[in-house]
Amino acid sequence: MTTARIARLRRSLVPMVALAGAGVMALTGCSAGGSEGSGTGGATEFTYLSLTENTAVADTLTSLSTGACKAANDALPLKISNQPQASFDQQLQLLAGQDALPTIFAAGNTPQLAKDLNSAGQLLDIGATFQELGVSNDLLPAATSTISNLYGANIALPTEFNVEGIWYNKQILEQNGITPPTTWAELTAAAAKLEAAGVQPFSASGEQGWPLTRLVGNYLFRTIGPDALQKVADGSAKLTDPEYVAAAAAVADLGSKGYFGEGVGSIDYDTSLNTFTTGKAAMLYMGSWALSAFNADTNQIGADNIGFVAFPSVAGGSGSADQLAANVGVPIMASKKGYNEKVGAWLTCIADNYGAASLGDQGVLSGFTVNDTAVEVPPLTADLQTTIDSSGDSVLWFEALFNAQATTTSQTNAAQLVTGAITPEKFMELVQADLGS
Amino acid sequence: MNNVFGNKRAVLVFVGPALLVYSAVMLVPVLWSLGYTFFTGSVITGFKFAGFDNFTKLLSDPKAGDALLFTLKYAVILTVGQVLVGYALSLLYVFWLRKASSLVRTLVFFPIVLPTVAVSLLFQKMFEVAPQNGIVNEFLNLFGIASVDWFGSADTAFLVLVIMDIWRSMGFYAVLLYAGLLDIPEEVMESARLDGAGGLTLIRRIVIPLSLPVLLSSIIFSINGTLKVFDSVLALTNGGPGSSTTPLTLLMFRTAFSYGDYGYGSTIALALTLICLLVTIFIFRSSRRDLTKA
Repeated sequence: MTTARIARLRRSLVPMVALAGAGVMALTGCSAGGSEGSGTGGATEFTYLSLTENTAVADTLTSLSTGACKAANDALPLKISNQPQASFDQQLQLLAGQDALPTIFAAGNTPQLAKDLNSAGQLLDIGATFQELGVSNDLLPAATSTISNLYGANIALPTEFNVEGIWYNKQILEQNGITPPTTWAELTAAAAKLEAAGVQPFSASGEQGWPLTRLVGNYLFRTIGPDALQKVADGSAKLTDPEYVAAAAAVADLGSKGYFGEGVGSIDYDTSLNTFTTGKAAMLYMGSWALSAFNADTNQIGADNIGFVAFPSVAGGSGSADQLAANVGVPIMASKKGYNEKVGAWLTCIADNYGAASLGDQGVLSGFTVNDTAVEVPPLTADLQTTIDSSGDSVLWFEALFNAQATTTSQTNAAQLVTGAITPEKFMELVQADLGS
Repeated sequence: MNNVFGNKRAVLVFVGPALLVYSAVMLVPVLWSLGYTFFTGSVITGFKFAGFDNFTKLLSDPKAGDALLFTLKYAVILTVGQVLVGYALSLLYVFWLRKASSLVRTLVFFPIVLPTVAVSLLFQKMFEVAPQNGIVNEFLNLFGIASVDWFGSADTAFLVLVIMDIWRSMGFYAVLLYAGLLDIPEEVMESARLDGAGGLTLIRRIVIPLSLPVLLSSIIFSINGTLKVFDSVLALTNGGPGSSTTPLTLLMFRTAFSYGDYGYGSTIALALTLICLLVTIFIFRSSRRDLTKA
């Protein structure tokens, strides 16, 4: 090869390699982008990654952005994107891996993910930030303590403060001569009576799974006590122990009698809610986040026709019906990297106004104080507030202390448990295996 | 042309950029994934060297065993189904419909161009039992048969999956095999007919042996495609009920992305790659023998 040819080759190769290199960079490295800009200045938009299934928070934030938080929104515009619940954790992991978390985002499905994000230093310390912003008093102590119990730190905004229990159709129960059940025996007797009368006793989403596993969890809290699942987390008890399997068996028994209706595994969340609000089922186990649906015009049975009762007590059990299942719904977390003064202004505005906006617009109880006394509270919501005020301790839910794998296994096998496709022993065995202890 | 390919510089200039891009988006991630098999942890918590732990876990993990069995069962049943139905259709095109087959070919081919998610939603609605009966259950009810919760048990969910995937892909295999059948010389067919071969004898003695190469290609296409099944399962059953229709690909996806365990997820992916490789080698080796010779 002559020197001239080598020189020509070099001349043609250098720009080509540079071009290819630039292409590779574009393809592989620079796709994270997002709202965080170059990194040092924090967020350039107030991005919120929401669960597709939960519209209440997005609606409230949107309403605040044009109302009380207009100034904050003008400085840092709100931008909402959605991700289905089933793939939400995965999306958060990918974004966290790219160091591109949105400014604020719904916490994942498993508390463990939030704990990991916090250990990796990606989450904003809400407690300290609120202290600094002077808005700590806007948080309800009960909600803050629930968050700390769940995540081990105050790293979330309690956009919801929920209690869970059994919602019932007053008219259907009255027509069938049934009083709201307060014991498990009363609940099963009521279900049998309704089934015999041709009314579907319970509506539940087997596709989501958790509305069924919540029943297992509550049964455990009522029989073994409020620390039933903490014992499993500590390793001092196993889900395969007979008293734990009994809870799965009790719920499986409801399914084997057909109390959840046909094809429960195919029923999604909205359908389960619609079944109840159109009067096709008598009872629904659900959290108080559903108040927005109950108070909405689409509720065909009417909000005044809906009653709430805590998960019933079980004869001989150590727990009691006073111990309401409580949670902070899907709380909101904030990216540490995205935080700046403008985000601070948004958070201050949320702290001051979210409680009133959520209660007034959505009829949903949040973990923020309601700073507007003029807010009209729907009667059903007011009733529930009274129930919450008179309740004692609270308990978490079945998967609250599980890892992601055990949570998925529990929720994807719940429908099989109630259809009888797997035995209660097998169900608990599968979940226990994923707990790895 | 020989001069161009004989010139190493020209080859470098033509192939170089494509090779670079291919390496960046294909080879580097593949090797990266291979590296992950020796690590544990996640993108959030960081990675730790784990030696061969992921491989030992794979061998003793009942979920991986179930997923492997499901993958093999699905691959075998679907390959047989796709190729058989496709072959039957191609014979129909060539011997019965002849010149009039173009409309039928187009119609039968159509499902393959539809998005998998759309087809899955269609089948979900057709086979649903709640909140209202789908067309299949309505049809069963007509004959006094009770509605079936198709997605409620492993066997029926698998059946729907197989029906859907065969319906979706049979047109593609029919066209592929049809092209192969068209290559059979008319003189050979004619002389066989003169010798008294007709119907099944013609197909068994002439058509099948002469279309073996394209049949083999179809089988390789099919088995490799079905071993890697993902989208149709995810959209139709999401691996359920429970994990009874979870193939290795979905297990790998969940392990790596939902549970954040990239190391074990990559190990499952490696196992799947090896299975695909072994199956392909096996089919190629077994096809070396010329079946048209005595």
